[in-house]
Amino acid sequence: MTAMDTKTLAGEIKAIANTEDNRRTRLINVVRKVQLSYGHVSQEMVGMIAEALGIERVEVEGVVSFYHFLSGKPVGRFPVYLNTSAVSEMMGMSEVADAFEKAAGIRFGETSGDGLFSLQYTSCIGMNDQEPAALVGGVPFTSLTAERATEIITALKSGNTPAELVEKYGYGDGNNANELVRSMVNNNLRKRGDILFGERENGAAIRKAVAMTPDEVITEVKTSKLRGRGGAGFPTGMKWDFCRRAESEKHFVFCNADEGEPGTFTNRVMLTEIPDLVFEGMTVAGYAIGSHKGILYLREEYIYLLEYLEDVLEKRRQAGLLGKAVAGRKGFDFDIRIQPGAGAYICGEESALINSSEGKRGEPRDRPPFPVVSGYMGHPTLVNNVETLAAAARVIEQGGEWFASYGSGESSGTKLLSISGDCQKPGVYELPMGMTVRVALQVVGAQDAAAVQVGGPSGTFIGEEHFDRKICYDDLGTGGAMMVFGPRRDILETVLNFARFFEDESCGWCVPCRVGTGLMHAKIKKIMAGNGTRTDLEEMESWGRSIAAASRCGLGQSAANPELTTLANFRKVYEERIKEDEYLTGFDLERAVEDACEATGRTAIHE
Amino acid sequence: MMTSEKITFYIDEIECTATQGQSILEAADENGVYIPRLCHQPDLLPGGSCRVCTVSANGRNQAACTTPVANDMIIENGSEEILDLRRAVIEMLFIEGNHYCPMCERSGNCELQAIAYRLKILAPRFPFMFPSRKLDATHPGIFIDGNRCIQCGRCVRAAQQIDKKPILGFIGRGGAVRIKASSTEGLKGVDISPDDACVKACPVGAIIVKDTAYRKPIGERMFDKQPIGSEIEARRTS
Ligand SMILES: Cc1cc2nc3c(=O)[nH]c(=O)nc-3n(C[C@H](O)[C@H](O)[C@H](O)COP(=O)(O)O)c2cc1C
Ligand code: SF4
Ligand code: FES
Repeated sequence: MTAMDTKTLAGEIKAIANTEDNRRTRLINVVRKVQLSYGHVSQEMVGMIAEALGIERVEVEGVVSFYHFLSGKPVGRFPVYLNTSAVSEMMGMSEVADAFEKAAGIRFGETSGDGLFSLQYTSCIGMNDQEPAALVGGVPFTSLTAERATEIITALKSGNTPAELVEKYGYGDGNNANELVRSMVNNNLRKRGDILFGERENGAAIRKAVAMTPDEVITEVKTSKLRGRGGAGFPTGMKWDFCRRAESEKHFVFCNADEGEPGTFTNRVMLTEIPDLVFEGMTVAGYAIGSHKGILYLREEYIYLLEYLEDVLEKRRQAGLLGKAVAGRKGFDFDIRIQPGAGAYICGEESALINSSEGKRGEPRDRPPFPVVSGYMGHPTLVNNVETLAAAARVIEQGGEWFASYGSGESSGTKLLSISGDCQKPGVYELPMGMTVRVALQVVGAQDAAAVQVGGPSGTFIGEEHFDRKICYDDLGTGGAMMVFGPRRDILETVLNFARFFEDESCGWCVPCRVGTGLMHAKIKKIMAGNGTRTDLEEMESWGRSIAAASRCGLGQSAANPELTTLANFRKVYEERIKEDEYLTGFDLERAVEDACEATGRTAIHE
Repeated sequence: MMTSEKITFYIDEIECTATQGQSILEAADENGVYIPRLCHQPDLLPGGSCRVCTVSANGRNQAACTTPVANDMIIENGSEEILDLRRAVIEMLFIEGNHYCPMCERSGNCELQAIAYRLKILAPRFPFMFPSRKLDATHPGIFIDGNRCIQCGRCVRAAQQIDKKPILGFIGRGGAVRIKASSTEGLKGVDISPDDACVKACPVGAIIVKDTAYRKPIGERMFDKQPIGSEIEARRTS
């Protein structure tokens, strides 16, 4: 670059940093904007950002190198991120990948010479009901075929924009056709229940809440027996109570819309169809815990909803449901901002989410202290899942007892399930808590299912003999994901896919997860290559248990679940794959010799 | 100073006392019970990354360096299960990097090696990864060898917390996490000197001060005479 160019660039970067008030805590936002403007964040730009924000360059580089959608090397003007989830693979991902490569004239991992395209794989983008799917230039393209992929590349080459292409293919159902969304994504919302998708009036829950004391609101949530929908199932009322009682001048409400667990896409549909209910829940929570600020952490993959969501927020401000004296209640000021993510499954973990929102690498924090005591900027912070907050709004509107009358036992209410894979009607279903897997399978048209994966890679793999188990906190927990596998699927392919997912997504902070996820991935590869033995199965079990026992956060603690639950429930599948030898090396000597011969132009002599 | 409340807890049936707010590891140290650790350094905030200090506290596995001790807590530090977990973690560190102990100038002064000896590790159960790692030898007086780095982050924290100049940081994610100097020129481009706490913090042979190697002969190095942790155990009176 010439001196003049450098100066111009520095000026532009400074201006970008300025749009975020040069705040260190907004580093992710600044870097995202630079990435969008220049297709990458070069070493030079890293230095300029560091200077503008008054921080060390390694802090900027640390962030750029942490998140999937940030890049130190130029990506194309239309970066293609093809979803590698297990269901995407099942639905023909590899043909689509080949077509993209052929049409763009490059391989995955490369950027085309003309700077138009780059091809990359990415973890689940939340479209398992319409796979294979990809983000092209930030825009989701769903139900891809090889022909479609070729067509997209050709059209973009000849000057079309992704938006024009989407218009041509037709917008999806519901609000996907809204002028601020204009997406080809389909909701596939196939069952609306009374709670989340029941009739309601905007603001009703807030008006009811502000007529009560915060303690009464919390008591009502406790009465409902609502528990967290994000996976861990912590009692929501109790969490609100802890947060309210933690003393500090400020409190924060976070809505966790990172939805990174492969196979989960309920948040996507809620944010498209009932964002008002979600914001209403955040506002009620804000009132209950004594907070003035809510933050929706929106995963980068759903950024196509950003403009629409901002508009919903604006309308709520105009209606007096956000801002000063919410719903006329003096002293209750509350507003919401949207924090975009930048691609990292770990950022769904609540303390990593908070770090990321402070502009840091998305590494989890040690607990204690828990976020309810010390979270965002050191203040008491409530982190709840999208569905939890929406349900909480309904609890306040209709009463805790009404809510508790749905579901079963300690699992009250309904649960949104995102069901995908080998079934006739993949999509989102609001079903009562406690229904059996078998019932869910009937509803989605998957009577011949051979295996079901509940809860995503970190969940459980079950076979026929377990189909009468219940989806609830005491039995099969799930953040929403349920993937169905027909009789002809190879379960180990999915285990391999999940093992790779965990290796890709480990934040790398702690040893057992950072190293262990790689070891488990290598093991399953070894078995699938036909080099596995009984010893490998035993080691996989014992290593998996150690990784779970020593890892720092939920990611590492559940990273061996794919292997452990399939070894428990589908052992036969492994036994058919292994050899009866005591030990077999994963190293293929003959192959290596052949490779060496080829490279050196010699022939091996076999004695 | 705050008046601090005394509490009682148990490590492998040894009755110990502690002050409210202490971590399990700090409290154990004071009571003369050694819990192996790598990423912890007493004058730094805990990192909780190596997991070598994993204990079972009231039946749950926890990192002793980041978990506050509680009254009547029952801690398992020496059970076969816990020892095996620690061995697994240490072995993971050995196979993840390239640790050429026989020719490393930190041999005998290395905490990783010393803990491996103390835990009686003979060979790792995991296959070696033989990664390709970088060496930053740009600085005239100090170099960082990525081969031997265990990503414990002690140098990063020491630079921030003691030296008050965050010249080192983490880059990458997952298995690609690395320590890096905050400059395009490597270590040469940052303000670092052999006396800095961040240089001294390295428990292995990853940050090395040049021209100091092999000064102490084998037999006289830190862990040659007694195993790591002995100085802590010496505090136990009974
Ligand atoms: C690796 C990992 C990923 C997670 N991802 C999400 C997520 O995408 N959405 C979510 O709500 N919770 C996620 N969680 C759980 C959160 O840490 C937290 O428990 C949850 O947001 C709390 O909300 P709830 O009580 O309403 O369920 C994740 C946890 C881990 C360990
Ligand atoms: S368990 Fe994995 S994701 Fe969690 S802190 Fe450790 S390395 Fe990071
Ligand atoms: S010493 Fe506790 S995690 Fe490293």
